[in-house]
Amino acid sequence: MKIVVCVKQVPDSAAKVVVENGKVTWGDAPLVINPWDEFAVESALLQMEAQGGEVIAVTIGGENSKDALKHALAMGASSAIHISDPALMGSDSQGIARALAAAIQKIGDVNVAFFGRQAIDGDMGVTAAQTARALGWPMLSQVSVINSLDPSGGTIRVGRATEEGRQVVEAKLPVVVSVGKDIAEPRYPSFMGIRKASKATIPTWSLADLGIPAPVAVVHWPEITNPPAREVVTEMVTGGSPQEIAEKLADRILAEKVL
Amino acid sequence: MSNKVWVFIDQFKGKAFPVSWEALGAGRSLAEKLGGGVTAVVFGTQSQGVAGEAFHYGADEVFYADDASLGDYRPEPYTALLSKLVKGAAPEVLLFPTTTRGRELAAMCAIDLNTGVMPDVTGLSMENGRVYATRPVYAGKLITKVACDTQPQIATTRTRTFPMPPADPARSGTPTKVEPALAEGEIASKVVEYTESGGGVSLSDAAVIVSGGRGVSNNPALTPPAGLDEKQAEVWRAQQGFKLVGDLAATLGGAVGASRAAVDAGYIPYEHQVGQTGKVVAPDLYIACGISGAIQHQAGMRTSKMIVAVNKDAEAPIFKMARFGVVGDLYAILPPLTEAFKKKLGK
Repeated sequence: MKIVVCVKQVPDSAAKVVVENGKVTWGDAPLVINPWDEFAVESALLQMEAQGGEVIAVTIGGENSKDALKHALAMGASSAIHISDPALMGSDSQGIARALAAAIQKIGDVNVAFFGRQAIDGDMGVTAAQTARALGWPMLSQVSVINSLDPSGGTIRVGRATEEGRQVVEAKLPVVVSVGKDIAEPRYPSFMGIRKASKATIPTWSLADLGIPAPVAVVHWPEITNPPAREVVTEMVTGGSPQEIAEKLADRILAEKVL
Repeated sequence: MSNKVWVFIDQFKGKAFPVSWEALGAGRSLAEKLGGGVTAVVFGTQSQGVAGEAFHYGADEVFYADDASLGDYRPEPYTALLSKLVKGAAPEVLLFPTTTRGRELAAMCAIDLNTGVMPDVTGLSMENGRVYATRPVYAGKLITKVACDTQPQIATTRTRTFPMPPADPARSGTPTKVEPALAEGEIASKVVEYTESGGGVSLSDAAVIVSGGRGVSNNPALTPPAGLDEKQAEVWRAQQGFKLVGDLAATLGGAVGASRAAVDAGYIPYEHQVGQTGKVVAPDLYIACGISGAIQHQAGMRTSKMIVAVNKDAEAPIFKMARFGVVGDLYAILPPLTEAFKKKLGK
């Protein structure tokens, strides 16, 4: 079985991200593999371990985005591909999805492409669905369990956690799957894994390698700013007993007419 | 003449999500500036009633499809039909509510229509005939102004961010039925089973959310039933704490939220998690109980209109965002607080 997992390198979720002189900066906060993507890598590895095959991690980005691939390799991915091209700088989501779709097609014979729910930098949450559409493959989102995956029969059966309940869906392979965090706890990279990852040769594919033209970005960010500070004057509610505090607090909340 | 603004109405079993009407209201404001009306689209086996309601909420034209192949939501048949309808009418703007389905359809239609998508926007404005969207990024740590060069300009509107338009029963019309774009045999997936979740108020739509954190298990005075190991006893204590959280939420007609720490510790299911790796919510009132307020939690609730914090630790960062704070034990404060609200709200 051939599984692709798409990952992204992002500033750590605890990073203090601000705009300084019109530029986004996160100080000395580390860059990490997107936390949602760790669940995707874990799901891919579990399938590979259950029935053989290989897991290929793919990312798009500059040189430092390779660290997300190394993290996936250290977790246990078989190989990795780095997509990088100056013409992809400033790409919008469609450009990224079309490049990922082209890479998945170039890899060839892929049964499933796994994605995390969204990247915690742009918070778009559209890449999996757009890649699925560009490939013409069924999209299975919010997957919380993979009941069966049968590459010879060409089918997959998954449980999805939707807003209203749980759905079991069957689809014909190949498919794109995006997973939530309830699918499995991501493993930590092992010492051996980290050594293997540090020695791995990661090929870089350009747009010419993918055989697609440079995308034209149609979505622009003419402005990026720090949000207005939350204007709040905190009032501490105190009293001689919990009852007294509770009475006062309820009165103060009701007086603000938010209910 | 075709309307320049189209809005997809997300519904489930004949009931539209409130954010669908908010999106329709946002579409109406843009249409007033662009000139012309608003077209609403709704799919699903029980969608005809919702289609009628869409007129009350501001649509001038409504398309609906209630074929069995559109009964259970699947992205492919929904995208195929919506893209086909939109291609024919060539609107300038296509809006969706930010539900899971709305975001997914917006993403996929953007590929079919070869245009851009601006998901989960918190503002829409018009400058020189062009739509600009406001989008929080980096979990709301930064705000972007976004524009799309191509048409339709696709955006999804964040829940409880755009005003709910008033329903006007005097506004009415006859929705137009449309047929699916794909036959069942052309769809590569099928829904084989479905279980509805337990009900209760949805976190995303809730006007009031009472959330519990790690602190809910912190009541040494409680004696767990015999035979539990240390971890089970901790979870049992936490569940007693979440009962108090739930009582207050129920009294206020709200939903129960939780911090990641509480979910990871196994106190409460993931669907309750508020924060960067959970749900992003914007209630009128958010009461945080035993939650310190880590930056990842703030990402999920910072746009709440009013925040109230109850925490034993006076230094907890949550107090910096709170309008009202109580330094104290939630086990001591919540029961009388629930009683006080019951009395004052006449419940």
